Amino acid sequence: MFTAWSQILKRDLLIAFRRRSEIIHPLIFFVMVISLFPLAIGDDKVLLQKIAPAIIWVTALLATMLSLDNLFRSDFEDGSLEQMTLLKVPLSLLVTAKITAHWLITGLPLILITPLLAVLLYLPGETTWMLLLTLLLGTPTLSLIGAVGIALTVALRQGGVILSLLILPLYIPVLIFATLALQNTVQGFSAEAQLAMMLAILVLAITLAPFAIAAALKVSLN
Amino acid sequence: MEHQYTFTGELQVKNLSCWRNDQVLFEQLNLNLTPGSVLFLEGENGSGKTSLLRILCGFRLADEGDILWNNQSTSSLPEYFENISFVGHKNGIKDELTVEENLNLMRSMATASDIKSDEVLKQIGLFKKSDVLSRLLSAGQKRKLALARLMMTNNSFWVLDEPFTSLDKASVVFFETLIKKHIARGGMLILTSHHDIDLSGLPVNQFSLSN
Repeated sequence: MFTAWSQILKRDLLIAFRRRSEIIHPLIFFVMVISLFPLAIGDDKVLLQKIAPAIIWVTALLATMLSLDNLFRSDFEDGSLEQMTLLKVPLSLLVTAKITAHWLITGLPLILITPLLAVLLYLPGETTWMLLLTLLLGTPTLSLIGAVGIALTVALRQGGVILSLLILPLYIPVLIFATLALQNTVQGFSAEAQLAMMLAILVLAITLAPFAIAAALKVSLN
Repeated sequence: MEHQYTFTGELQVKNLSCWRNDQVLFEQLNLNLTPGSVLFLEGENGSGKTSLLRILCGFRLADEGDILWNNQSTSSLPEYFENISFVGHKNGIKDELTVEENLNLMRSMATASDIKSDEVLKQIGLFKKSDVLSRLLSAGQKRKLALARLMMTNNSFWVLDEPFTSLDKASVVFFETLIKKHIARGGMLILTSHHDIDLSGLPVNQFSLSN
């Protein structure tokens, strides 16, 4: 069972590596949008510092949405998805391999490049650490929730708008807790409660989303 | 004589109905298939052949009726689905992987057969292309790679939807021989084809779907 899981993970990473230009697109979007803010706002250090966490989080959220489209699309179109449903290993387990690969390709680079962007927005070191922590807890949740939406809309020709309407409301709790945690850190309070909530949402997403995704994919195949 | 399949059974389709866009594709369909035999589905375009095959593979839900494997409903029988080798209109191979990577992926996902990847590639004539990205193959070569799936596993139930599209004559003969071996080992096969295919000497049931 683990062989099949790691094979799918390996396969998706290899495919991503061979289609680098597509993978790098959300990352470039992330970097570009964030680096435009200091240009637009000017040298107002206090203001930038104040809105930096919100900017980074909203952009990370949009970049994740941008990257989702391809998660199941190619498997759906070339018939690999049909073949996956015929395997001994349950589809709900295989999709976790795909989502892990997706997060490693899109979520992790966002986190790695964030310290650089934080410097651009005059974010102090302590807040940057908290920002990284919230992204680490938050982006896998975004991938998991987004995967449910993409699994439901993969068979639709024009699924883009419906997808945003479906998953954006579900992203909002993650966004609220993440930015709240950052506000608390900036004001010198503890952010433990928010982090605990984000962890709880992540655990909930890990346990429930794979089943929802597998069911949604079967509906899309039907 | 190669060894026989261990997991076999009798397939029964009972009162199966399928509608699409409020139109009846087929109604009250009854079929039977026993180990070591072939079911050849005939019918015009749009008569529901592909839909029937997709229902048998569990990709599509039947609107009415049931599919039984050894008198047990397949809806609660994961072993039935694991035992299916399906090649449909879509090849199910990844364009960004090489020929060999695709083959190894097919093998690692299921109960693998004893045959080596290199041997399969030689037999289907893609040995020299083993390191080529599948994207660069011709339509017929992609089809051969998709059909190689049949050789990589030990599944006894094959479901083939227009398997010989864009294959050259030699390849058609090769896969006909493969089908004959499969049936001799006690395997089962359901297929649709608009190509003439030579299944002489095999117990073939023909079934016609008409609107």
